[in-house]
Amino acid sequence: MKLLSRPRWSPYAVGSLIGVLSWFAFVTADRPLGVSTALAKTVGMAEQAIAPAHVDANPYFKKFPPAVDWEWMLVAGIFLGAFTSARLSGERPEPKVPRLWQHRFGSSAALRYAGAFLGGVILALGARLAGGCTSGNGISGSLQLAVSGWLFFACLFVSGLATAFVLYGKESNLD
Amino acid sequence: MTETAPRLLLGLFTGFLFGFFLQKGHVSKFRVIVGQFLLRDFTVLKTMLTAILVGGIGVYALKALGLAALHVKPAQLVAVAAGGLVFGIGMVLLGYCPGTGVAAAAEGQRDAFFGLLGMFLGSAIFAEFYGSVSTTIMKWYDLGPVTISGLLGVPSWTVLAALSVVALALFHQLEKIR
Repeated sequence: MKLLSRPRWSPYAVGSLIGVLSWFAFVTADRPLGVSTALAKTVGMAEQAIAPAHVDANPYFKKFPPAVDWEWMLVAGIFLGAFTSARLSGERPEPKVPRLWQHRFGSSAALRYAGAFLGGVILALGARLAGGCTSGNGISGSLQLAVSGWLFFACLFVSGLATAFVLYGKESNLD
Repeated sequence: MTETAPRLLLGLFTGFLFGFFLQKGHVSKFRVIVGQFLLRDFTVLKTMLTAILVGGIGVYALKALGLAALHVKPAQLVAVAAGGLVFGIGMVLLGYCPGTGVAAAAEGQRDAFFGLLGMFLGSAIFAEFYGSVSTTIMKWYDLGPVTISGLLGVPSWTVLAALSVVALALFHQLEKIR
């Protein structure tokens, strides 16, 4: 039990556990771990409540019908699991505006939230265009040795490096 | 299209463990994600590469035993490369990716909630343009669901072995620097 309340586990342990969890997902559900498609399905379900005809006619939602499925429950589970882990660790909450962001953009929470929102929009467009995110392409695709997975991983890394150095390259402290 | 209750519970259980691991690994932290792209914190790379290695060896072994089938996404070279480049910008600006963003939101990070709202909007925008994108960009240089071993014409185990050597050498170097 002490292990469960330890605030941080080694990245090698966590990586191995995620790897083993992949085996479990492949065997029990015949599915790779993935997150971002469920987010698109969520928005599809919300649109369905407002404009059902529009969703019915949409080719994306025809191919990926908005519904609560295994992957959607996986994402709900991530929320519950992370919540439980954080509670067991008894962590102090992170600052509202990350320090690195504060050094560069100031302490306005509104600006940070706007930046996070815009980041989310960009992230989702990229994930949908590539057919998956860090989980579905980066981990699950790469572990299957998929060309798509490794190409995605490499491209996200290169552009992430460039973006990070443009935004924060001059900051000396992460905290 | 509806799935059975046991299958949904299985998804919830699998996700619970995934979220628990992500949070314990601290990849749900802004400074860990952005720190990786500044090359000052290698938690993300260590975690992902270990998951890929352990996962890959196991999944290919399970496939050999007939217990698992692969689900390889098509190598739409232009769409995947462009998507990855766009994704990297968003990931640094947000400070989380989709899975770790959900985990960070569960920790109570408000910026992650705004990030998720943005992801909903981005997904909705993409769905509107899917009709034209799927018949153009996503068709350009589409090699189909191909793997590295398939492309090179070598056994999967050769690629996994090579990958293991490279990853272990990298881990060794990273631990030496610290």
